[in-house]
Amino acid sequence: MNINTTKIISLLFFIFSAFYLYLAYQIQVFTFDEKAPFNAKTFPIYLGYAGLFFSGLKLILPDPNTIKVEHKNLEYKKTGILILIAIIYGATILKVGYFLTTSLFLFASYYFLGERRWILMFLLSFPFVAAFMYLLHGILDIYLRDPFLQSIGVMG
Amino acid sequence: MIEGILIGLTTALTLQNILMVMVGCFFGTIIGMLPGLGPMTAIALMIPITYGFEPATGLILMAGVYYGAVFGGSTSSILLNAPGVPGTVATSFDGYPMAQQGKAGKALAIAAWSSFSGGTLSAIYLLFMAPSLSKVSLSFRSPDYFALMILGLTAIAAFSSKGQFLKAMMMVVLGLMLASVGQDSLSDITRYTFNNMNLTDGISFVLVVMATFAMSEALTIILKRNDPTIAAKQVSLTELGSIKINKEERTKMYKTIPRSSVIGFLIGVLPGAGATIASFLAYGMERNVVSDEEKEKFGKGSVNGLSAPETANNAACSGSFVPMLTLGIPGSGTTAVMLGALLGFGVQPGPRLYMTNPEIFWSIIMSMYIGMVILLILNLPLIPYIARILAVPKNYLIPLILFFSVTGIYVMSFNNFDIYLMIGIAVVATFLRLYDFPMPPLILAFVLGGLMEENLRRSLLLSNGSWEFLWDRTLTACILATTILIVIWHIYKTFTKKN
Repeated sequence: MNINTTKIISLLFFIFSAFYLYLAYQIQVFTFDEKAPFNAKTFPIYLGYAGLFFSGLKLILPDPNTIKVEHKNLEYKKTGILILIAIIYGATILKVGYFLTTSLFLFASYYFLGERRWILMFLLSFPFVAAFMYLLHGILDIYLRDPFLQSIGVMG
Repeated sequence: MIEGILIGLTTALTLQNILMVMVGCFFGTIIGMLPGLGPMTAIALMIPITYGFEPATGLILMAGVYYGAVFGGSTSSILLNAPGVPGTVATSFDGYPMAQQGKAGKALAIAAWSSFSGGTLSAIYLLFMAPSLSKVSLSFRSPDYFALMILGLTAIAAFSSKGQFLKAMMMVVLGLMLASVGQDSLSDITRYTFNNMNLTDGISFVLVVMATFAMSEALTIILKRNDPTIAAKQVSLTELGSIKINKEERTKMYKTIPRSSVIGFLIGVLPGAGATIASFLAYGMERNVVSDEEKEKFGKGSVNGLSAPETANNAACSGSFVPMLTLGIPGSGTTAVMLGALLGFGVQPGPRLYMTNPEIFWSIIMSMYIGMVILLILNLPLIPYIARILAVPKNYLIPLILFFSVTGIYVMSFNNFDIYLMIGIAVVATFLRLYDFPMPPLILAFVLGGLMEENLRRSLLLSNGSWEFLWDRTLTACILATTILIVIWHIYKTFTKKN
């Protein structure tokens, strides 16, 4: 059997399905429901077996369309940085507020993707977010919590 | 029905809704022109904004985006041989050679008129077929629905891409597994929440769509060093030439459009099939029915060869609304996203939709006509200008897609757990995409997961736990037989291809 990344993904999915199935059997149902033809764990149990079946088949059967990914050509660094920026954004948005974090998120993303036109970067972050915020908050009436803007008195 | 049409027209012709169709068509065209970013991404990015509107308005906006994206995809197919969406691949077979002969404007005009005619004709078919099918589907019982969902999920996997059936089925199971997170709908017992309160209500549909499409597409573009805007930059530089269609070309189109629209519509109605299969079938059929002289021109800039797939892919878009509006079961990934959005509005699509919410049902159908007209009037003369807008550098496009994704989730839940969860799912989806694991089956399964469990529960409880419900009713048995036929056909196709 030829081992390639698709097979490894299938193996991981097989393990994941086994874990999912194990947890399905652990779901606590009401005593009167245990012998019922269908209860809260019936469907997850079927899904667990279906996952084992399809990933098992993918593991066993030969793979005619082997996908080869040239990892050398992939841009892991920039992708990783973008993900990190998004995580930091998620961690700060509630405390700092939508306007400042979103603007900084956009500004930092432009910068790490290699952009250096500072004025354009600024225009497409701070004023852009302000306009979008006005659209959501002012026109569409979607509430946006913003401690930063509240602290400087821009938002009520 | 007349009353319904009038209600739909009144709703669709309000200033706000006409504006929404225009915005949707325009935005959809832009996204559709970018290779890699299809209608699902475009609609996903629109969902959070639509929640600020009435359900009918929100859906009209999404329908406009859908048509616009399909139309935009054909533009890049014709001008650059770089289809923006899979449904427009067949368009490039004759559209691109025509553009190379200096007739790009003409090719775009043929595509625009064919799209318009295909979309309009199939909206007429939909107008007559949807209410009748709604009445028929009132006789559907839980076992039939369960079987129909199995058929839809199997079909979308079988039609996903060549030799990827098992991968697609794994994605179907993953989608169903994600849908099972949270409280069980009947007993309220929590499943797979790991004592995390944020998961009690399950994973948000918008979160999964944003993560698997918008965000993971943005990450894939960066990871693979692709630049979707390169195509757009070239479009703006292309000489389009005249957009006039002469009498001989019109005569050819008059014959092609009706038959291709019927094929497109019928394929669109089938669960799992869609614009891609419809356009290839229409292209193949057209080649078989034209004269030998015309047949020779196929692949070298044939008017019939361009008109047929363009008519069919737009007709299929309208056709795909039939199962969603009448049965509450989407036939494609894109309509699955729209179904999820409908459920988010608190509207349950299904056979009773046209009675309980006639303004939604009819206004969507009516807005299709308006959308087609707007696409024709706005897009044809504006294509070079739209292309210039698209020449936004990748360095700006990617952060903006990420921004819309994250904001979309944030304004819906106001918690950062959902942002982390979205990033996590997007990273996994990006990795899976690298190895050609398709995402539409996952979305369709995620949307159908709850309904499928509900219908299986009812069927099993009514039959006292016996699986005989699968063949007790003729309709259920027929649907399951079709599913088995699709699987057998797929296995046969795989083996004959190998040999």
